[in-house]
Amino acid sequence: MLSKTGVPTDDQIEAVKPSKERLAKGPVVIVECFQEIPCDPCYTACKQGGFLPFEDINDLPEMDFEKCNGCGVCIGACPGLAIFIVDETYSDDEALVIIPWEFVPVPEEGSTVKGLNREGEAVAEVKVKKVRSAGKNKNTNLITLIVPKEFAHEIRSIEV
Amino acid sequence: MNKAEILVIGSGPAGLKASLSAAEQGAGVALLERDSFLGGQLVKQTHMFFGSKEQYASERGFKIAEKLNLEAEEHPNIKILKDATVLGYYEEGIVSLEVKGKFATIKPAAIIIATGAQENTLMFPNCDLPGIYGAGAVQTLMNVYGVLPGKRVAMVGAGNIGVIVSYQLLQAGVEVPVIIEAMPHIGAYHVHASKVRRMGVPIYTSHTVLSAHGSESLEKITMAEIDQDRNPVTGTEKDLEVDVLCIAVGLTPLTEILFQAGCKMAYIPELGGHVPLRSDNLETSVPNIFVAGDVGGIEEASAAMVEGSIAGLTAAFNLGYGKESYAGLLAAAKRELDHLRRGPVGEKIRIGLESLSSFVEVK
Amino acid sequence: MRIQVHPILEFKKGKKISFTYDGKTVEGYEGEPIAAALHAAGVRVLSHSRNYKRPRGFWCAIGNCSSCNMRVNGIPNVRTCVEPLQSGMIVETQQGRGAIGGALNE
Repeated sequence: MLSKTGVPTDDQIEAVKPSKERLAKGPVVIVECFQEIPCDPCYTACKQGGFLPFEDINDLPEMDFEKCNGCGVCIGACPGLAIFIVDETYSDDEALVIIPWEFVPVPEEGSTVKGLNREGEAVAEVKVKKVRSAGKNKNTNLITLIVPKEFAHEIRSIEV
Repeated sequence: MNKAEILVIGSGPAGLKASLSAAEQGAGVALLERDSFLGGQLVKQTHMFFGSKEQYASERGFKIAEKLNLEAEEHPNIKILKDATVLGYYEEGIVSLEVKGKFATIKPAAIIIATGAQENTLMFPNCDLPGIYGAGAVQTLMNVYGVLPGKRVAMVGAGNIGVIVSYQLLQAGVEVPVIIEAMPHIGAYHVHASKVRRMGVPIYTSHTVLSAHGSESLEKITMAEIDQDRNPVTGTEKDLEVDVLCIAVGLTPLTEILFQAGCKMAYIPELGGHVPLRSDNLETSVPNIFVAGDVGGIEEASAAMVEGSIAGLTAAFNLGYGKESYAGLLAAAKRELDHLRRGPVGEKIRIGLESLSSFVEVK
Repeated sequence: MRIQVHPILEFKKGKKISFTYDGKTVEGYEGEPIAAALHAAGVRVLSHSRNYKRPRGFWCAIGNCSSCNMRVNGIPNVRTCVEPLQSGMIVETQQGRGAIGGALNE
């Protein structure tokens, strides 16, 4: 249970996954936010209309995945670092996963690192495709990882 | 003796916002801070804040401190005294203080007490060994002075502070082998817990520290599972070699001045201990003495900032400042506070404030 | 041990200076708390308690708890966790309660 372990259940993860059809179209946001807390900067950051307006600041984010273009600006805005971008169209057997990274060392583009799941277990070797800043004054890096497709919805961190 | 219109004691998020709100309305503010820098606990917070735009959502705590500190330093209506420790309150309304070794007094027209809180301790054999630190202390060492607290740090407490500081330890390059929590669930925002779990830090709920070991400083701890009566479960004892044990088991308001001033107090566990009775506008039972932030009840920096505004606006209004704008600004601030508190994570605060209001009503 | 590289923070330090700790020369940065400089130099035990001689060190780090009291430049009970380090300071461990008093001081 999330409140006991800090790790979302499979059901919770399924509930925030965009449809198969949408995932097949290109990069899209995955918002792993499951607890009602007073917080809404994801909505304020998105310029595409991907997040619907909040009725109450404690509501969980509601999405319009069709409007989402996978730009990733919400990743750096989320104080809980709970937002990721997944692109299942990268290749036949690989997907891209963009994660926030607030640690040193920052991995080099082109390097290979360990892909970790939500429990911090290494599940695959992944390649670092791109490293960019989430915005000036942000101190958060957005790291694009090339991961085996079967782990696109599992890998959420790395070990450099 | 010095006169001042509004005296604000403490320059954490509540005190800073109280000073700015009152000064904006035209009141003269004297802001006292016992440390040599402004910002209180804000300066140590490297994580992004929650809330909404008004509460600086998505901005890092220490950056919010930089902003507010600068605003306060530059405001013509705010006089700041650092290294200034308030010593006492006399019944004529005189506050005594020590500033860099010199004794001084102030007789303000209103006081806003924003002294925050201090960390709780945990009792177990050898809990006094060097190397056993409060979580705030670890934050101070790491984030303010750039000193590593240790190589391997076990954390006690999976509330927001425990989990956030664990994450900050990882950022500083320190190993965190475990987070130990006595309750059967995690008290922190789940996203904070998820962040450390995916970095490989295990969270052991229903566990506690039985004892610490070391000759001159900490070398090892013994932890165990506990049952629902909080008794250790035999056979689950485990030793863990760590050089630092970080204790994050809650905060208690720093209320000495309130007691001295004769403010009516009540013991409310949900708010962290003894807290003052106060009106909706944060005035205590002593006219023109206000509270804001953790000293009135343990909550969060976002709420502390909004409470600071409420107290500052009202203190200024009572002295005749901001007559036209008061009602509107006050209503907006109260709405913000209500939004912060009305979700499920605000339940404890709501219960605490409900208990408090059942005492003699303060008009 | 000091943090060399941090993902978010930059540490503004004052001038590097030296002071003595129980007669030994130690380096630190001007303005940082004495206890932080000692901690960085590997010193975690700052005193021993009066009755049972239990080791004492850092606890609260904000000047509340008195666990870090040491004698600095002859003055006892200095809260080293908040007292800023100055060049040439003479820092000594004090055992239990610091000795105050003596001749009438002006």
